[in-house]
Amino acid sequence: MGAYELTLVAVVSINVMLALGLNLITGFCGQVSLGHAAFFGTGAYAAALMAAAGWPLPVVLVAGGVTAAVLGLLVGFTSLRVREDFLAITTMGVGFVFVGFVRKQGWLGAEMGLTNIPDHGLGDIGFILMCLGLVAAMAAISAHIKRSWLGFGFAAVADDEATARTLGINVPLYKLAAFVIGTFLAGVAGAVYVYFTRFIIPGAFGFTVSISILSMVIVGGVGSLWGVIVAAVLLTLLPEFSRVINDYKLLLYGALIVLTMRFAPDGLAGIVTSLSRRLRRSET
Amino acid sequence: MLHVELVLQGLVNGSMYAVVAIGLTLIYGLLRILHVAHAGLYTLGAYITVLTTNATGSLALGILAAMLVVGLCGMLVYRLLYEPMLERPPYVALIASIGLFICMEESYRIVFGPYGSSFDMPRLGERIALGPISIAAADAAMLVGAIVLLTGLAMLMRRTRFGVAWRATVTDPAMARSFGIDTIKVRYVNFFIASVFAAAAGSLVAVLNNLVEPTMGSVPSYKSLAIIVLGGLGQVGGTLAAALLLGVIEAYGTIYAGAYLDRDAIAFIFLIVVLMIRPQGLFARGS
Repeated sequence: MGAYELTLVAVVSINVMLALGLNLITGFCGQVSLGHAAFFGTGAYAAALMAAAGWPLPVVLVAGGVTAAVLGLLVGFTSLRVREDFLAITTMGVGFVFVGFVRKQGWLGAEMGLTNIPDHGLGDIGFILMCLGLVAAMAAISAHIKRSWLGFGFAAVADDEATARTLGINVPLYKLAAFVIGTFLAGVAGAVYVYFTRFIIPGAFGFTVSISILSMVIVGGVGSLWGVIVAAVLLTLLPEFSRVINDYKLLLYGALIVLTMRFAPDGLAGIVTSLSRRLRRSET
Repeated sequence: MLHVELVLQGLVNGSMYAVVAIGLTLIYGLLRILHVAHAGLYTLGAYITVLTTNATGSLALGILAAMLVVGLCGMLVYRLLYEPMLERPPYVALIASIGLFICMEESYRIVFGPYGSSFDMPRLGERIALGPISIAAADAAMLVGAIVLLTGLAMLMRRTRFGVAWRATVTDPAMARSFGIDTIKVRYVNFFIASVFAAAAGSLVAVLNNLVEPTMGSVPSYKSLAIIVLGGLGQVGGTLAAALLLGVIEAYGTIYAGAYLDRDAIAFIFLIVVLMIRPQGLFARGS
């Protein structure tokens, strides 16, 4: 693999991590978040400060995750107060406030960003292996959660909050758990991003990033593990394969969001499921 | 004098927010759709105004063309995008609307170029003196334009058959239908009027800045969501008050809090705080 391919693998890995995190919150637990980039950014800034202070890589990764999860817990509390479209615009607001705040903070480098980030010391191949390992771990965690009692609780909350409450399911606890776990993953992705670019600016964590991650989850099929992974990989790679697509990347993401919402609300996963069902029916 | 100028500047910005947000609040009031793509229509209105004015030499014709075309586009957006989604959870339309808005912004960038367009004629540069204070003519045009538009809307809502039908449909759609109101038609007219307001706001801002850009809708799009929430969702008066208040608070915030926080983040701090304390909105009546 050349340097370009290695870069691609790293970018894809980071996006898959972000999509998996958002899929936990929005997919499994049904809490629409339009501010995922804020948690990504929180993790990245925390990691950048820690790394610059000389902490070793594993500590920095965990610190990025934990810092993002603390903000995630706070934002999670808002999901106890507002729901559906209002939660969506509250989380969107969190995203804008995050960028607006960081832009003006001298100790976070303000508009110029942070640059003095040390090398990860793993070598190119080692770093890629770490990225892939983290993606595999996060996918495994997601798959495990989906099958566990936690995933069952998430699904109940996503499906019908009022009914879940009547059945004695502790709805607030599940929502907070989804936010904490999902934003932890985003924070770890932020830390990986810091080691990858070794340079961060507030603009890298803006609203369009939140929307890009959301489009991966939506196009893949909200709540579907493999659908979201496939969509994250495809949507990251498509712009790389063609200059034309790269120039119109946002147009593509926007159009895919509109078309999925309008014609295929269950995304790729839904299309594949209904196709395979039709195939099976024609066989019998 | 600083305070007079800050308040005046705030009111000019606030009146722009008001004209954009009024359309959003009309749509939310009737259909519970958070119509982010409204700001895409606003940008379209601004472009049509500038291009038509430059082609024909008449600003009035430009504004009229913008209002008409954008009004029709608004109805088209409702028919093609929102109508099939009305039965689905409300966030579906919101996310689709964000997708549409991104598509619109990108299309403007591709069609009209990334650098923006201006009127061929010179900017409204002169200042009008009102006793001790003076105000730029373009600012005055913005304020007067907003007052005319909002008064027009108030008249429409209070004095016409459409206004009665609109208010009846918002209060109780089933009852309105049983009294012979064509609620489907009310929805289309609603989108037309809201979009006309978006176009008018676009025209006014085009005159104010003498510049239209593909991204000019970014700030009003999400900020006007914050405004209609603060204004108590679907409350026309509350939206107006919230828009003007936000304009003034931003003008002060830029001076006194600019070192800690970006100006465009102020609206969202208010949004989050208000949603946490009073989810029904700042100016909502009862609960």
